[in-house]
Amino acid sequence: MPAILQVKNLKTHFFTDAGVVKAVDGVSFDVQAGETLAIVGESGSGKSITALSILGLIPSPPGEIIDGEVIFDGRDLLELSDEEVREVRGNQIAMIFQEPMTSLNPVLTIGEQVAEPIEVHKNLPRDAAMARCVELLAKVQISDGENRARDYPHQFSGGMRQRVMIAMALSCSPKLIISDEPTTALDVTVQAQVLELLKELTQEQGAAQILITHDLGVVARYADHVNVMYAGRIVESGTAISIYDDPRHPYTIGLMASIPNLDDDVKEKLIPIEGQPPNLAKLPPGCPFRPRCRHAIDRCAVERPELETVADEHKKACWIDVNGQ
Amino acid sequence: MTEATASAQGLAKTSRPRSLVLEFLGRLFREKPLGAFGAIIFLILLLTGIFADFIATEGFNVIHPLDKLKPPGGEYTYFDADFNKQTGTYLLGSDQLGRDVFSRIVYGARISVIIAFSATTLSIIISLTLGLMAGFFGGRIDMASQRFVDAWMSFPDLIILIVAVSILGPGMWQVILVLGLLYGIAGSRIVRGAVLSTRENMYVHAAQTIGASTPRILLRHILPNIMAPVIVLFTTRLAAVILAESGLSFLGLGIPPPAPSWGGMLSIEGKSYMFLAPWLAILPGVALTIVVYGINMFGDALRDLLDPRLRGGGGRYGGGKPRNKRRT
Repeated sequence: MPAILQVKNLKTHFFTDAGVVKAVDGVSFDVQAGETLAIVGESGSGKSITALSILGLIPSPPGEIIDGEVIFDGRDLLELSDEEVREVRGNQIAMIFQEPMTSLNPVLTIGEQVAEPIEVHKNLPRDAAMARCVELLAKVQISDGENRARDYPHQFSGGMRQRVMIAMALSCSPKLIISDEPTTALDVTVQAQVLELLKELTQEQGAAQILITHDLGVVARYADHVNVMYAGRIVESGTAISIYDDPRHPYTIGLMASIPNLDDDVKEKLIPIEGQPPNLAKLPPGCPFRPRCRHAIDRCAVERPELETVADEHKKACWIDVNGQ
Repeated sequence: MTEATASAQGLAKTSRPRSLVLEFLGRLFREKPLGAFGAIIFLILLLTGIFADFIATEGFNVIHPLDKLKPPGGEYTYFDADFNKQTGTYLLGSDQLGRDVFSRIVYGARISVIIAFSATTLSIIISLTLGLMAGFFGGRIDMASQRFVDAWMSFPDLIILIVAVSILGPGMWQVILVLGLLYGIAGSRIVRGAVLSTRENMYVHAAQTIGASTPRILLRHILPNIMAPVIVLFTTRLAAVILAESGLSFLGLGIPPPAPSWGGMLSIEGKSYMFLAPWLAILPGVALTIVVYGINMFGDALRDLLDPRLRGGGGRYGGGKPRNKRRT
């Protein structure tokens, strides 16, 4: 299968007064055409920065991509000129944000916003763009699109706005959609609906998806591959099934253990991961997870483990051989 | 049942186009009667300025040497084309040269309108350009432009005005240029502040992710969102420009006589004949006061009604309680 996106050794650092924050520190992964790749991790583990780095949208200063390649469709996005990258953004790679409440411009109508990527990239006449917009609204299950296109964002509910964002993202039929925690701000009942829709529509278009989330339930249901990130690095990656059935990294195991299970006895306590995520500006040498790891050995304090293959398509970055079961 | 929904849909459709302007006016009159009063004064000033030729009873420079310093309602005589003696009435009296004060005030309104609109428009254009650049690009551009604005604002307004006008000489375009520049640079701060907070909104990032170019983001996503403070800036600047122009003319640095400027009328006729003919000082002063007060009230009401924090809730206050929060 051809990889539509290859990220190789991506390093995005932020140069702040408090020191160099290594938000993304050597991340590599591939996204195959048509698949859904989930990136999982705590807040501040570098998930969103990875996504923004792919699109070249790191605020600079203070941020800077200091190393790595992002090969999309045979071209390294990091080498392209501003104009060439703009041509890719929204057109071939679309992004959906976390906050549907604020990701829409309050003074423009829904129609104007859904039609904007088409206007920017496809040079269609206005009425053709509007027709496409109504069609897209119908796709994301907003009925009466012709009238609703003339409404403003405040007349839409959160779930509807997120569906509008999906319509916007799909408008130019991109090959890759990056959704950055698309359902975090939504009601649980609406979450499933939005994710279902997202999955269905990306599959319909044959687009690949990068799903950034910290919700492992979402991952299990919608992802094909999973990357688990911790402190700016991928600590475990594999197919969703292998990660769930057989997590190998202590961090992943910890995450799994802290999911409440509906079938469990109510009195049974959840096992949280102790401690706090590390300060990315002052990472200790060795494995960044060591201070919170129950299995840590002496070597962990000295050397940082690299990703190594444990099974077919399953990699982990840990010195010790732990097993989830 | 079906009829009801059909008519409801019809209503929804017809209410769409009228929603913005008419609804806004409705709210202005309902919630801000004083602001509506100001708006009316503003409108009267505008119409007076535009139609000065039809409203004024005489030219602003027609002299009746025999009927000088007549009080309001006083009569004057003149000869018509056939050399017949005719009498007319000074609506608001005459000055020391026998010119009709009413006509001069009306023409003075025209000058105020021209200067106010040109200088304010110029100042808003300058403010927007500077403010958008500084606020959006940030970094060194922001730093450099803001230090320049700081330096500029550390001079008192009047000093800059007097120096600039004494270099350029008195006259209409000089006043417009100087006032436009003065208020434009000062106003760039307000625009910059608005841009800084708008820039951080998710929808600006979203616009970047769809590949919109920088000019497009500035003009389509940021500019419309800072219009509320800009409109308010515009109205308050209008009033300030009218006052500043009057001040300059009062000092003899604005519109040179014989053109009637309210400030000039206060200074030349008003000051010299204050006790002999008090209407010469009172009437232009009253005109100036009412206009500036009206525009300020209108601006105040606009600020309250356009408050972006009220957007989304139909723009109404919670329970209609008044707000006294001031922003500058």
